[in-house]
Amino acid sequence: MSERVLMKGNEAMAEAAIRAGCRHFFGYPITPQTEVAAYMAKKMPKIGGTYLQAESEIAAVNMVLGASAAGVRAMTSSSSPGISLKTEGISYIAGSDLPCLIVNVERGGPGLGGIQPAQSDYWQATRALGHGDFHALVFAPSTVQELVNVVFLAYDLAEKYRMPALLLSDGLLGQMMEPVSFPEPVTQTAEKPWAACGHGNKRPHNIVNSLYLQPEELERTVRERFQRYAQVEREEQRCQEYLCDDADYILTAFGATARISQSAVDTLRSQGIKAGLLRPITLWPFPKDAIRRHAAHAKAFLSVEMNMGQMVDDVRLAVEGKVPVEFFGHTGGIIPRPSEIVEKVKTMAGGDK
Amino acid sequence: MAIVYEKSKMLTDAPLHYCPGCTHGIIHKLVAESLQELDVGGKAVGVAPVGCAVMAYNYFACDMVEAPHGRAPAIATGLKRALPDGVIFTYQGDGDLAAIGTAETVHAATRGENITVIFVNNAIYGMTGGQMAPTTLPGQVTQTTPYGRDVTVSGFPVRVCEMLSTLSGVAYAERVSVDTVPNIRKAKAAIKKAFETQMAKKGFSIVEVLSTCPTNWGLTPLEALEWLRQNMMPYYPLGVYQDRTGNEKGVF
Repeated sequence: MSERVLMKGNEAMAEAAIRAGCRHFFGYPITPQTEVAAYMAKKMPKIGGTYLQAESEIAAVNMVLGASAAGVRAMTSSSSPGISLKTEGISYIAGSDLPCLIVNVERGGPGLGGIQPAQSDYWQATRALGHGDFHALVFAPSTVQELVNVVFLAYDLAEKYRMPALLLSDGLLGQMMEPVSFPEPVTQTAEKPWAACGHGNKRPHNIVNSLYLQPEELERTVRERFQRYAQVEREEQRCQEYLCDDADYILTAFGATARISQSAVDTLRSQGIKAGLLRPITLWPFPKDAIRRHAAHAKAFLSVEMNMGQMVDDVRLAVEGKVPVEFFGHTGGIIPRPSEIVEKVKTMAGGDK
Repeated sequence: MAIVYEKSKMLTDAPLHYCPGCTHGIIHKLVAESLQELDVGGKAVGVAPVGCAVMAYNYFACDMVEAPHGRAPAIATGLKRALPDGVIFTYQGDGDLAAIGTAETVHAATRGENITVIFVNNAIYGMTGGQMAPTTLPGQVTQTTPYGRDVTVSGFPVRVCEMLSTLSGVAYAERVSVDTVPNIRKAKAAIKKAFETQMAKKGFSIVEVLSTCPTNWGLTPLEALEWLRQNMMPYYPLGVYQDRTGNEKGVF
């Protein structure tokens, strides 16, 4: 690890990608991810990398498809409306079994929504990142340091499982400055015998493709992909638990909202209410094993989000009806206050005694 | 016995799926022969479109990537940036290149992206069963212009080479046809020159090939070739629309 430096989330994430071996970044301007592209534009020419401003988010994600197909670590970043445009390409990337890193520095929606931080793309990230039966790895860091760490992890797992990785940040994390240190630069990435990089007359031609006109072949391919997904669900669920083991009331929250929820947990504990926080780091695979475990002893769950209640669906699926699961949140730009969360939990606990 | 002709090694043995009389097969052959004669098959990566040529990835014996509809130039851009010494080409139809992929085409061209585009213009959407294309001629009957293309409703056909030739990044743009043997020979020379333009890193190159679609035009193969000559050639004149290959640094 390098020495600690103070960096903005968006810039730290871009630097992490470079250190993780990314030399091909394809972007398109949109707030609030701007600094990611600006940082790449400044750095890439100095290190022999490519920063290219595409004509659209659609073109940018397809440039990522092309570069990933050639076998390099490629990346694009955008914010919510731009991610909607990228979903076509992400579906093709998933259907072509290509690894890559896509960043969504979320803002409010739907439509143009707003440019303030939000978490209203949870459903899109975990359910609808394009047409067809597929998943992407979805990471939701909550600190600038974790933004850095998951960039490395995202590339490694994307290559291991041959699938796209989405890093779900938000305007708050992106704009926030915190001290970070960087892991050692990646010098060697996974072998990619499948890459379309020119066969050099040494092997049969490689085809990177997502079309299977024979239904049996399509189903076989999709089922093979879902076997990999099953392995990802078994082995790659990640979350952080904070005072969950004896908790009666477990808050679930990801990203920036988790930081606020942790303050609420401390306040509740100081007032004698046994609260805990379960913070998913991977949104897909969702850490349902941990939630299921705590559903055995908790009295209730509360999902705190900057949206109208999206991740709460996954919490309910994991809790399997064993205890009540409630929701508290605000939409884009209105950051939930710890005091509001405290009040909500107290109400769940039967109100002030 | 001397071999006077053999199939290009840059074509696989997969049987082509194209309709009888369709000229895609000729154009595939010209691309494959050009790659082989330039000895770049080992570092070539082709990008297949969505459309009739979607399965071109099965036919060319170089590495291939299949693109979403219209996005082939963007994918070729990603490939080329990752493989600067590769020979990267797209093979696209008129709907793919000049309708849904217009932005990707125009911007790859104006960037001077060092790729080669093989543009097959048959004035119709073939694979989906014969709908109006951006290059469908005024008055031409298609499934979605059953009374003939009315330009007051559907606008005018796009002349791609003319449009792209105005852009500073285009090193070479030529329109050819594969309706006769002499024209096929000229088409081959143009395709080869386009690849050479790329290999010399001179900028964006495109060869537009006027092509037939007997099935969806409702004509026999021979009638289709004659229809191409009578109707397409006047609207889409053959010729070189841009040639900056003589400049030492090409477009830059």
